Amino acid sequence: MSVTTLPLAVTAYTATSALGLGLDAHLHALDQQRSGLRINDFGDAPLPCWIGRVPGLETAAVPDDYAQWDCRNNRLAWLGLNQDDFFTQVQAARERYGSARVALFLGTSTASIRATEEGYRRVDAAGRIPADLHRPAIHTPHSLTAFVAAALGIEGPCLTISTACSSSAKVFASAERLMRLGIVDAAVVGGVDSLCDSVLFGFNSLELVSPDPCRPFDATRRGISIGEAAGFALLERIDANPKASLRLLACGESSDAHHMSTPDPNGRGAELALRDALDRAQIDVTQVGYINLHGTASQKNDAMEAALVARLFPTSTRISSTKALTGHTLGAAGIVEAVITLLALREGFVPGNAGAISPDPACTAHFAWENEDRPARIALSHSFGFGGSNACLAFGHVRAGASP
Amino acid sequence: MTELRVQVEGIGLWSPQLTDFDALRRLLDGHALAEPVARPPTATLSINERRRAPESVLVAIEAASQAVAMSNRNADSLACVFASAYGDQATTDYMCRVLANAPTELSPTRFHNSVHNASAGYWTIATDCRAPSTAVCAGHASFGAALLEAAAQVCADNRPVLLVCSDTAGMGPLGELIDCRIAFGCALVLSPFSDGAALPLHLSLIPETSGETQLPQPCKAWMRDNPSAACLPLLAMLARGVGQCVLAASEKLGLRAQMEVTA
Repeated sequence: MSVTTLPLAVTAYTATSALGLGLDAHLHALDQQRSGLRINDFGDAPLPCWIGRVPGLETAAVPDDYAQWDCRNNRLAWLGLNQDDFFTQVQAARERYGSARVALFLGTSTASIRATEEGYRRVDAAGRIPADLHRPAIHTPHSLTAFVAAALGIEGPCLTISTACSSSAKVFASAERLMRLGIVDAAVVGGVDSLCDSVLFGFNSLELVSPDPCRPFDATRRGISIGEAAGFALLERIDANPKASLRLLACGESSDAHHMSTPDPNGRGAELALRDALDRAQIDVTQVGYINLHGTASQKNDAMEAALVARLFPTSTRISSTKALTGHTLGAAGIVEAVITLLALREGFVPGNAGAISPDPACTAHFAWENEDRPARIALSHSFGFGGSNACLAFGHVRAGASP
Repeated sequence: MTELRVQVEGIGLWSPQLTDFDALRRLLDGHALAEPVARPPTATLSINERRRAPESVLVAIEAASQAVAMSNRNADSLACVFASAYGDQATTDYMCRVLANAPTELSPTRFHNSVHNASAGYWTIATDCRAPSTAVCAGHASFGAALLEAAAQVCADNRPVLLVCSDTAGMGPLGELIDCRIAFGCALVLSPFSDGAALPLHLSLIPETSGETQLPQPCKAWMRDNPSAACLPLLAMLARGVGQCVLAASEKLGLRAQMEVTA
């Protein structure tokens, strides 16, 4: 189905992860290739592994007006919203367009499940979730989006997308469709996932958690390191923001139809998402300067993804995974890596593939093992999730004076 | 506000006392309800998958299969939107119980079944569908918000889309808190509007989240006991072939659905 996409201006964006709060912290960590991973110190009996943890969430409650939503995931959301003037810019957009003309699409894989986990650890004598956590607002996968909608005063369409690790990439596609149809004038997209036992012990049960800091595309990689993060972007029409230099060109989507927890080794589904993005953006592979890979450091993902890029792109397309820096932030990975991709475009560099000590022999000359000073005009970000849910985002950078 | 025009090509429905769309028609015609059945047949899944899949997946896939069969479309090329207000509560209850007591004993299969897109995953694997699939929620507005998402896909990308919305009964401490008491799933195959459509649908966003709907008493009880049953005003309208209804699409917005009168 050949449908082109409405290119959109990315007028504000931000990320908060183990690398720090906001864009400058991320740019600095990328520049220094400094990892935010640390030895797992989360919970009472931490598994021997490494995590990407955002410090200070334990003591940073959300404002009293939103007390019903207070929990680790929404604290992280609140912290993220308050970086890089994002909050203020959304307020301005709301005033410009009207609060019902702004949509909200957020991705998360586990939302505030940690609060439910805690409720089960502390059930009262009657077997009920204890009074301080007996709040329906946080025991639902929509907890994050309901909280952010209230906090930002957004009254347009609001939807949580929960497709595991592609969640906060797919939000861009949903937002673009509503804007192309003229249903809204602006959209806040993003995602938040926070550390919880469900994912630490869950991925551990699948033997996908590395005991060492994760090493994407290393020959002896041993699995993922789980992280937490919040990220957001504000999308508006280009005609209303002709000076905005960063643009969402397209979002491609597909399904693997292969397996619930491993990717199709042939990468057929991933390739469909990639081709969908290229077709919609009306670009060809030679125009792509950089791809931020999904690169989780699981055996199967990295093998599939290295082969996919090798067979489709020229080596002028530089590629890397940044998950050794942030950890795999699961439902927030799409937005965190979208933000990293936007920073790479804005600053004219390619982030190195951190973490790999001895690259997998299957890796081709496309890999940027270290930072490269190389401005790109178009960059992609890959996100592949459990259940075979694939998304590929295409972003563009328009330099001053250049035609769009 | 902008309006979306689509047509309904297929309708699926499963709950213990409404095992398909015809059962809803019979109820609306004044017939008595059938005795409740325990599990959907879910013939689309292989025997192995049916054994591994949780109830939430069986309910979603049963409704999806009925809607796709009615549409005469091939499932392998249909984009799909799976919605559920709470996801798989039985799996969440299991996970939280094990994590509270013996976290390293967590079952890997039950962990991968815990993702909100489990039904979408099982469905696309079973039908060999590589078209885009998504999994969404919006609290009590999940059905209306997912209908907007699906209709936007139909209109923006000019393609047919399968919409499924389902929830199952809660269990344990989480179940006590959530108060979702029965299983209920529905599905629609939507496609771009064309002249002469049998079931044309006109959707518009309005600043109200509910409207007047005449429904038999059991429907009101199901709507109270399962957020996915919020589809019933729309399905009743489709069964009657005339009228309009309002579905909550968020805290503040509603989706007004009208049957288009075709000449």
